[in-house]
Amino acid sequence: MAPSGTVLRVHDLHKRYAAAGGATVALNSVDLEIEAGSFVSIIGPSGCGKSTLLQIMAGLATATSGDVFFGTTRVQEPPPDVVYVFQQYTRSLFPWKTVERNVAFGLETKGTMSRDEIAARAREMIALVKLTGFERHYPWQLSGGMQQRVAIARALACRPAVLLMDEPFSAVDALTRAGLQELLRSLWRELALTVVFVTHDVDEGVYLSTRVVALTRAPGTIAIDMPIELPGPREQIATRALPAYLDCRARLLAQLFADEGLNGMEAA
Amino acid sequence: MTDIVHRNPQETEASRAERPARAGWSWNTRLVGVAFIGVLLLLWEIAAAKAIFPPMSFPRVSAILVTWWQLVISGELPGEVLPSLWRVFAGYFIGVSLGVGLGLLMGYVRFFYNLLEPITEVLRPIPSPAYLPIVILFLGIDDQMKIFMIAFATLFPVLLNTYSGVRSVDPIQLQTARTFGVSGRKLLTRIVLPAASPYIFTGMRVSLAVALIVMVISEMVAASSGIGYFILAAQRGFKVRDMFAGVLTLALLGYVLNRLFLAIENRVLAWHYGYTQQRS
Repeated sequence: MAPSGTVLRVHDLHKRYAAAGGATVALNSVDLEIEAGSFVSIIGPSGCGKSTLLQIMAGLATATSGDVFFGTTRVQEPPPDVVYVFQQYTRSLFPWKTVERNVAFGLETKGTMSRDEIAARAREMIALVKLTGFERHYPWQLSGGMQQRVAIARALACRPAVLLMDEPFSAVDALTRAGLQELLRSLWRELALTVVFVTHDVDEGVYLSTRVVALTRAPGTIAIDMPIELPGPREQIATRALPAYLDCRARLLAQLFADEGLNGMEAA
Repeated sequence: MTDIVHRNPQETEASRAERPARAGWSWNTRLVGVAFIGVLLLLWEIAAAKAIFPPMSFPRVSAILVTWWQLVISGELPGEVLPSLWRVFAGYFIGVSLGVGLGLLMGYVRFFYNLLEPITEVLRPIPSPAYLPIVILFLGIDDQMKIFMIAFATLFPVLLNTYSGVRSVDPIQLQTARTFGVSGRKLLTRIVLPAASPYIFTGMRVSLAVALIVMVISEMVAASSGIGYFILAAQRGFKVRDMFAGVLTLALLGYVLNRLFLAIENRVLAWHYGYTQQRS
């Protein structure tokens, strides 16, 4: 499968929350097109509405105005080919199901595969995220990084076209996060996925992505939309030392700092 | 890729291996409690032998046990226990089923909450003996009446706990299910019911005790069989040892039913104990 064209299109999206003494504007006129096969990170200060944007794209939340299209269909309910991975893996995994049954969840609810096919696919996905041997464990018997891998395997089991991830690695330690980043990059390449990845970490966004979109403080609008073109395969140490990497990182940080009024605090 | 395995199966095996030691210790502490019961019974035996209370109403423990055994092998006690058990199980089953069903409905559909919450709050505080005379008027004094009484009394603890359980299901779990296209009745059976099951079991445990109480009360008020009837009839016929034997039987019955319940709960909710332990 060689994906091409736009898979997800966000058009003039607004989101307002009713609040005491007037409405809070979370998103203000956001336009975004996600190309098939791309890895797009959405970064921004906390509270800028980046998670809200992702939830609207997933069909989990509704916009005040504007549309999201998956292919040619307007997103109102979660589309079957789009899967959302939550930040809170401990709450997203079902504690009464074993690892294997968690991974099989999406397949079982679809009901298009036989029991044997489901079990085979679940084991295949568990192997893909390197958790073979833990099929019979419960999620709470695993470490945080392993739990998030279970959640990724569960998301991928349905062979989705698009993976929407909301700060999926923000709750694990730095080493575990590096491992999960490598795993996600390799899955993205092998399975020809389209990934939209929300993070507050500029380094993570630049390292993982083919494109980074930075939102401003609330009301969130797109401040920077930048392709990330880095020579050679991505590698945790060497890539992060490349001039092109550092340049992207500096431009994004400058935007975020300017937005926060943080520029040259020590000099002043 | 860095190996990010923190807890391997060996560690789990190791923690499992620790358990027998702890179990042995708790068995020792249990023995103390069992021995304490033995001491109390011995004091009873001595007090009865010395006739501290009128021997008519305070027989020796040994005499009660002999009577109990005779009543068991004669088939008289089993003949009273069986109808009682049938009433408890039938009433409990109906009460729990209705409680879970209505609790899910009230927790899941706002309309049913608004419809049923006020009447629940009006009916729930009425002690069951209070409406027993009314129920007798409509259903007579046969099994129907007792089963209705037990079902009605066991309904409320299950209903309220099921409702709380449904309301406390993690919204992230519901959203996760939604991203996999699960909604409506499937969401209820696949996510809400298992997620609420620890609450439902709490309600069921409370209801089991309630079921036994209502069973005895309704049999004492109006019955021609059952363990509650047996105890009251023995007391009225001055068969004090039989009366005590009946109470002993009830104690055993309650103990066995509770053990059985805990065994089932431990099996069904094994995930829950591990989950909550891990988080604390």
